[in-house]
Amino acid sequence: MKIRAKTDLEKMREMGLKNLYPGQAKISVGMATCGLSTGADKVYEAIQKEVEKAKLPIRVNQTGCIGFCQREPVVDILEPGKPRVFYQEVTPERAVELVHRWVDNEVVGEWLFCKMEREDWIGEDKFWNYSIHHIPKGIDGTPDYYQVPFYNKQLKIALRNCGFINPDHIDEYVARGGYFSLYKALFEMKPEEIIGEIKRSGLRGRGGAGFPTGNKWESCLKAKGDRKFVLCNADEGDPGAYMDRSVLEGDPHSVIEGMIIGAYAIGAHEGFIYVRDEYPQAIQKLHIALQQAEEIGLLGEDILGSGFSFRINLFRGGGAFVCGESTALMDSIEGKVGEPRAKHIHTTESGLWDQPSNLNNVETWNNVPIILSRGADWYSRIGTEKSKGTKVFSIVGKVNNTGLVEVPMGITLREIVFDIGGGIPGGKKFKAVQTGGPSGGCIPESLIDLPVDFDRLTEVGSMMGSGGMIVMDESTCMVDVAKYFMDFLKGESCGKCTSCREGTKRMHEILTEITEGRGTLEHLDLLEELGWVTAEASLCQLGGTAPNPVLSTIRYFREEYQEHILNKRCPAKVCRSLLRYRILSDVCTMCGRCTKACPVKAISGKRKTKKEKGRPFKIDTGKCIKCGMCFETCKFEAVEVQ
Amino acid sequence: MIPFVIDGQAVEGREGGNILEVALDAGIEIPHLCYNESVKPYGACRLCLVEVVRKGKSRMTTSCTYPVMEGIEVFTKTEKVQRARRMIIELILAMCPGDKLIQDMAKELGVHQVRFKQEDKDCILCGLCGRICEEVVGANAIQFAFRGDRREMIPPFGGEAMNCIACGACVVVCPVNVIRMKEEGDERTIIRWKRTLKMKQCKVCGNYFAPWFQLEKFKEKAKLPKDFFDVCYTCRS
Amino acid sequence: MTNDEINAIIEGYNGKGSAILAILQDIQTEERYLPKESLEYVSQKMHIPLVNIFRIATFYNALSLKPRGRHKIDVCLGTACHVRGGGKILEKLERDLDISVGETTQDNRVTLALVRCLGCCSLGPVAVVDGKVFGRLSQDKVPALLKEFK
Repeated sequence: MKIRAKTDLEKMREMGLKNLYPGQAKISVGMATCGLSTGADKVYEAIQKEVEKAKLPIRVNQTGCIGFCQREPVVDILEPGKPRVFYQEVTPERAVELVHRWVDNEVVGEWLFCKMEREDWIGEDKFWNYSIHHIPKGIDGTPDYYQVPFYNKQLKIALRNCGFINPDHIDEYVARGGYFSLYKALFEMKPEEIIGEIKRSGLRGRGGAGFPTGNKWESCLKAKGDRKFVLCNADEGDPGAYMDRSVLEGDPHSVIEGMIIGAYAIGAHEGFIYVRDEYPQAIQKLHIALQQAEEIGLLGEDILGSGFSFRINLFRGGGAFVCGESTALMDSIEGKVGEPRAKHIHTTESGLWDQPSNLNNVETWNNVPIILSRGADWYSRIGTEKSKGTKVFSIVGKVNNTGLVEVPMGITLREIVFDIGGGIPGGKKFKAVQTGGPSGGCIPESLIDLPVDFDRLTEVGSMMGSGGMIVMDESTCMVDVAKYFMDFLKGESCGKCTSCREGTKRMHEILTEITEGRGTLEHLDLLEELGWVTAEASLCQLGGTAPNPVLSTIRYFREEYQEHILNKRCPAKVCRSLLRYRILSDVCTMCGRCTKACPVKAISGKRKTKKEKGRPFKIDTGKCIKCGMCFETCKFEAVEVQ
Repeated sequence: MIPFVIDGQAVEGREGGNILEVALDAGIEIPHLCYNESVKPYGACRLCLVEVVRKGKSRMTTSCTYPVMEGIEVFTKTEKVQRARRMIIELILAMCPGDKLIQDMAKELGVHQVRFKQEDKDCILCGLCGRICEEVVGANAIQFAFRGDRREMIPPFGGEAMNCIACGACVVVCPVNVIRMKEEGDERTIIRWKRTLKMKQCKVCGNYFAPWFQLEKFKEKAKLPKDFFDVCYTCRS
Repeated sequence: MTNDEINAIIEGYNGKGSAILAILQDIQTEERYLPKESLEYVSQKMHIPLVNIFRIATFYNALSLKPRGRHKIDVCLGTACHVRGGGKILEKLERDLDISVGETTQDNRVTLALVRCLGCCSLGPVAVVDGKVFGRLSQDKVPALLKEFK
């Protein structure tokens, strides 16, 4: 079917609605990478087999990530007349059970994490209410989706469709309002009006730099060139950040629609999506989505009969963090290595193949269709004065509820970590949250009431970055964290600039000295100087932001550095050279497990048996390599780490 | 010609030129390592940093890559610039403590101690050898490889540079003289690239004047007659 | 790989020089690494200087000039996994396989590599063995992991 008129789009919407809400029960398994890594594929198979075997009137479906990664695999069931239910941590065995119970109009209460009675169709400014006649048995006490602490404070704009549509079904995307914004843009708006709307919305780049998107588009529109490009930066390289991957796997069309609108506004006819090599499923989903969009005439020649032509090419990265830098990304597409270019000429004037190019992040593009459908006024009412809209964060690390959350700008870190994230596991104490990946910094407890927005985070020495948020507790060593990031950056630096290449290398060297007990107080001054030159003298923002993890940890955790330097102690018990493993003789039961586990035979002692008295177990600190095997193996907590 | 100001002095640059070349022409000293007139500016060493004020905003940038623009004000000796230069030369010296040029430059910039563990490299990774081989000679025998702290200038697979015509351009352009060439009998060797080539003998004076391989390449590229290089340059004139 | 097979790959990208990364990745998928002869052939066929191809092959993590083992273990050392002790898992694997990260065992069986963030942070520490993800790892679970392929 080719879409040539609005009526065609409406027809596709009808088809999509039938797929979203079929006249029978529909079971959807979350099959994004996080789901697959917990065994969602086996769950899906089990359900499919069971439905076939028992000839049940159930449609088995796949969907993207609903964000609550901690509780994957997630399975939801929807049937006309009943509330929608969401099961968590589903196993193949449990899956079979819950399918049969559902057919009997029952749910297994302990396995559920929430129910839903209406969907927020935020793109259309309405709620899709389920008409409920039957309440399944066992559902009492199950909280509503919108009341669950994890979801309660979220506002899903970028994640509006993730987990609610099958990403391989373009009609489902259309059913929820997809591609109607494209129609509006092509037939009811002029390019300048579209850019005006994006400007008024206050949308800022979601990739990290936070540059006003509307202004970027305007520069590109004004630039002279006969072959303009729009690009999508899907090279999400920050370790710990996977928001873009979820959008690409769960709702690829939102990005495609955004790019077509942008291309029309700027006057570009070619586009690229640069996806990192480490995201095979995202690449696959994009392939399918692009193919579908082409087949029905939303990409290619004369889109929707408007006369506007636009094609998108998919480019697979080669495994290089620096290729997330805009000019390095463009060089990579050109067939070169990813070495950033000098910056006095903006890429909006001279970018890919020296033509005007507009590069935006996945999340930025994804926001475009909804800004057009709901309007700039609506969008600019969300967020803070200078940071409008929402941001998707990946909360990971030492936090109870790990996953993807989308919140309005201005929410505090405390709310994210404690209300949404559920606080620190094991009752441990919060120590810091790291934002912005290797370009960002650590924010301590004293600043936990900081409202999250671009400028506030930068003021305290960190940055928004792509959205990775790593929660750390008292068992995380901040010096080790700084060393970790420098190890990452010195290998990922392209190596061109002396200041970045040598700067990151030497900062890593000094941090290693400190974590191995050879630090001096002069090292702290040296780190600050190195940090300064790396940031100031380097060509691109890899070098420009590289010192942030080091400088922010020195700023807020100086005492921890001093402990390492002056007392040769690591308070968090992480830095191996500063640890001593000891067996507590009064607790030790002389079972001998530790001796077997020790890879270097550093533990002496004789096992206590019925016949033998046994000899006390001791660790030879000279041989000990501090691998921690004894600590992990001992079932009696007789190994002490100092 | 485009007028602008360096350190309060009025100067002029050609369209498409860079600040460093204009400064050097005007006798204003800006330390540099990876800049050479014969190849495109690269901006790797970061020594030629200056502060440029444009439309009221000041930025620290490399003068070799910053284009000549009307109305800009360039400052080559601010405290910020000098502090950056000192750190950079210290970092290069820590990498290549044996290079005399770097030792001299460090002294000149006021750097008297190296606070980092000294390595024993000799190449300062300016890239001039590879750049001249690509842009001027067209032999493409050497290029940067690897990334980050593992970056180095080597022939493919680290072995003999099979495209090298032993012209010696890299030998001449290397600021720290770590690419050496030697001639023994009828052979010329570019030591660093493990490239030894047999030299051709002049039919007139009997001197070995250029490698066979190089001359063959020239004849191929410029479509010259087979006997074009039978007589050496000196004897031809 | 035969020259014809390489030609087919190059043709698939219309012989465009800008597709060099994709071409090398496809060759690597077939051969499990980039043989020197293949790179020399691509250089000759596409008129790209060998130095540039070598540069690309050594710049990108996805490409390898050394043969990779029949099996591949990628240990995730993204920030979340690192904070949860991913480093210890890597060291245990290094000890048990008697190789350093980035290397392949003598018998060409296993290559041990590290990867920065697969996006399974809630399961950390994570390792991927031949595409299969193993989460919630600890040092004592490593032997079971190695038994996956005998």
